[in-house]
Amino acid sequence: MNLYDYLYYVILPVLAISTVIIFIRFLKGPTLSDRVVSLDLLLTTGIGIIAVYSIHTDQPTFLDIAMILALIAFLGTVAFSYYLEKREKNE
Amino acid sequence: MKTLIFKTASNYLLPLLLLFAVFILLRGHYLPGGGFVGGLIASIAFVIHSFANGLETTRKIIKFHPGFLMPVGLTIALVAGAAPWLFGMPFMTGLWMDEPIPVIGLVGSALFFDTGVFLVVIGVTLTIIFTISEGL
Repeated sequence: MNLYDYLYYVILPVLAISTVIIFIRFLKGPTLSDRVVSLDLLLTTGIGIIAVYSIHTDQPTFLDIAMILALIAFLGTVAFSYYLEKREKNE
Repeated sequence: MKTLIFKTASNYLLPLLLLFAVFILLRGHYLPGGGFVGGLIASIAFVIHSFANGLETTRKIIKFHPGFLMPVGLTIALVAGAAPWLFGMPFMTGLWMDEPIPVIGLVGSALFFDTGVFLVVIGVTLTIIFTISEGL
């Protein structure tokens, strides 16, 4: 089993299953904070999938896209927590 | 927000992300990137800084109203588009230098057009987000 088989038959299925499980948590999540955390984790899993495809197709430019996605995910989480903090203060 | 880790990290993230934005802008002609994505990354850098340190600190760093960047960027893009008229060519023809500049590479009028787009995107995004976060 070489690296490409390992990525294709082990890593990608693990990431796919975890995406489904996190998405269930995203739909069920009792509070808004659970949904924010699951959205952040969903984007992080997406970054992992992009990294795997970047190795698999031998395209290093995909890693820049993963970096920009990580940046936007971080900004989204920070903005959501900022909003949650403001909302708690107002109530 | 009053978190020490985020505040310290944002001070280092701002120059790094601006450098990355300029890198994306310069790379954009033959590889993924360009003025629009570079402008978005640069504005994200300022937005992260404003979330961590408050809006007024970020305004002091930028020094002028970000909406001022919109006419400047549009003027640069228009001049880059109109420059071929001086050489008797149609509007928006790509002009290229004969010799590449060491670090940057071959410079053409497309780079100046992309720089204009870069400035316009920073101006629009920062104006919108600063206006929204003032109201919160």
